[in-house]
Amino acid sequence: MIDLNTVWFLLIGVLITGYAILDGFDLGVGVLHLFAKSNEERRLHLNAIGPVWDGNEVWLLTGGGALFAAFPVVYATIFSGFYLALILLLVALIFRAVSFEFRGKVNSPGWQKLWDWLFGLGSLLPAVLFGVAVGNVLRGVPIAENGNYLGTFLQLLNPYAILIGILSLVMFVMHGALYMAVKTEGEYQARMSKWASGSWIALVAVYFLATFYTFFAAPFLFENILSKPLFWIFFILLLLAIIYIPIAIKAGQYPRGFFASCATITMMIGLAAVSLFPKLVPSNIDLANSLTIYNASSSHLTLTVMLIIALIGMPIVLAYTIYIYRVFKGKTVIGEDSY
Amino acid sequence: MGLDSVLLARIQFAATVGFHFIFPPITIGLAWLLVIIEYLGWRKQSEIYAGMGKFFSKILALTFAMGVATGVVMEFQFGTNWAEYSKFVGDIFGAPLAAEGVFAFFMESAFLGLYLFGRNKLSRGLHWFSIFMVALGSTISAFWILVANSWQQTPAGFVIRNGRAELTDFWAAVFNPSTVIRFLHTVDAALITGAFIILGVSAYLLLKNKGTDVAKEAMKLALIFGLVVAVLELFPIGHEHGREVAHHQPAKFAAIEGLYTSRTAAPLVLFGIVNLAPPELKAKIEIPGLLSWMAFGSIDAHIPGINSFPPDDIPPLWLTFVSFHNMVVLGMYFIGITLLGVFFLLRKRLFDKRWYLKILLYTFPLPILACQFGWMATEVGRQPWVVYNVLRTVDAASINVTGGEILFSLILFGLIYIFLFALYVYVFYKEVSHGPQMVKAQEVRS
Repeated sequence: MIDLNTVWFLLIGVLITGYAILDGFDLGVGVLHLFAKSNEERRLHLNAIGPVWDGNEVWLLTGGGALFAAFPVVYATIFSGFYLALILLLVALIFRAVSFEFRGKVNSPGWQKLWDWLFGLGSLLPAVLFGVAVGNVLRGVPIAENGNYLGTFLQLLNPYAILIGILSLVMFVMHGALYMAVKTEGEYQARMSKWASGSWIALVAVYFLATFYTFFAAPFLFENILSKPLFWIFFILLLLAIIYIPIAIKAGQYPRGFFASCATITMMIGLAAVSLFPKLVPSNIDLANSLTIYNASSSHLTLTVMLIIALIGMPIVLAYTIYIYRVFKGKTVIGEDSY
Repeated sequence: MGLDSVLLARIQFAATVGFHFIFPPITIGLAWLLVIIEYLGWRKQSEIYAGMGKFFSKILALTFAMGVATGVVMEFQFGTNWAEYSKFVGDIFGAPLAAEGVFAFFMESAFLGLYLFGRNKLSRGLHWFSIFMVALGSTISAFWILVANSWQQTPAGFVIRNGRAELTDFWAAVFNPSTVIRFLHTVDAALITGAFIILGVSAYLLLKNKGTDVAKEAMKLALIFGLVVAVLELFPIGHEHGREVAHHQPAKFAAIEGLYTSRTAAPLVLFGIVNLAPPELKAKIEIPGLLSWMAFGSIDAHIPGINSFPPDDIPPLWLTFVSFHNMVVLGMYFIGITLLGVFFLLRKRLFDKRWYLKILLYTFPLPILACQFGWMATEVGRQPWVVYNVLRTVDAASINVTGGEILFSLILFGLIYIFLFALYVYVFYKEVSHGPQMVKAQEVRS
């Protein structure tokens, strides 16, 4: 029988995965925006993700709220510990959010160029920073015996975390390119297809390197891992999903490629979660100081109440999210109401 | 370093919430008015209302984006700057924030996309339903965030255990003594804000002779709506909220009302100039006994003044008094100005009164200001506590974030927010100056 704390570990994992899958593609599109060749392409980007990006970002907000509610010690320690990194992330997300509305409102090339840059960089920075944050958590952060965070900003920029940052960047670029390939046709679609293939190669290479590096950076993540059945399930599914992506791209089956990309992201997060469990934030001073799902959690009552909220709310959210994606299904068309 | 990190964290929190709080009241008010406008456009198959809906939906979209952009900061800032607070109250405080995400943020942002981009993809009924869901979602969002805020003001449903506040009764925490009245007060303030946005924009269009068909209808609707919600804000909502504060947060009540000495038959102060040492009001205009009667139903009721609280437990006197009284004055003004407008409307002379239209034009930022005043009065009035009578603000800040780091982020946010605000005003003005476009009759009927 799994306990409530484990259920909440799972639910936080679901929220993070939902965020990575959904905002992942629109962050990826934002990075690709930096490489767009014409104004039509840029408008295509904005309008392909325009109706949905905001709902996607809510997964981050809800994830933050759920982390606060279920594991307040982790929320407080990590968010204050990663202070400057988070401020940078917030600044990036602010500019990204307003650039949709601002860009098209003034008909001047200089103005639009400014917002194109801010939108692109506002997507690039989060895509990297999320990976850097995950890298630091996996590797462990300096948490003292009393639970206080002892690190500095520059310590966050260690080679391992930066490698994971690159991993998340190439993952989101591939994901975004596949999304754009689904939403477009013709020459532009062919270009996105190339981007997806290229970033797939980079993703496989970086993932391989990162796994290898993890043996040295965070050997504790591999303890008993081979005896966990979930590890094998995720591992095999990851292999299948990641192999299927180039097959789908080659066949021009972009929606299938996109779903395989979703599965790849899910399995990668799943593998990280399996190796971390039951820790949430390992301490690299002494593993005994780690924040776990038990010593960092809310009370039994709060976890129960929150579970009820999640069980009532999330199916409704999923239902109308799926409905809205169906409404906006099909190729993106630039019309009168477009950005 | 000699930087006071708690003070800096407070300034940053106040600046970022204050800036964020410009936008949600506009969004909520405008969304509900759009529910009415789009309904009329749909049922009456009216080109005027359809054009009106499309026109104001652009302002909604712009404002909503600003709210989202500045709101993300809030969700994270409890953890970044108030880690000790987050650890202490996480068992209770996190739940409403998460509930806001699950029950409100998803709804409003998902349906806003549908509303803005689905005008030609959805049936008229579904399109109307999507703006209804945006309005409902933004109101539910206000509910949960005010649950969290009200719990800080009048905490309930918890015990102090293991060095933190632990939840014992979820519903008691959610419906703590100030939740419902604060929710009504704030949402009604948002409705007033929305009404005056429409009034200001319509007045501008009429003065510039642009899209006058749309502007006239919009102004009629917003005037009547505005009068109703402005009156409700005074009575019963404002009155009941005042009574609630008198009962549950007496130090705050004494500060905002300028009652510095305990007494029976306490007067209602209409005007005064705060003198801090010793605390007293100069040049004051007051109505004897009225405060006692309003707060406790009897002229003879005894009300504790500032002098009856320990010096360490009293909130700043100047800011609370000034912000509260300015809010009340503005609230009265909103009733007066809409009443005058409805009077002109009934006499069919509304659109000839250019001076009145000019007043409406320049009034539109005032409800936003009133919201800011109200928020200052309630939050500053809670000091020196972050959770009233439970946790002091000085004990709530992150201990591992340095003053220098906060100064850096404060300056960064400050510059960005000034920049964004200037752009918001500029783009807002551009949208309005284009004027409404007529929506074709076929589109209306499809």
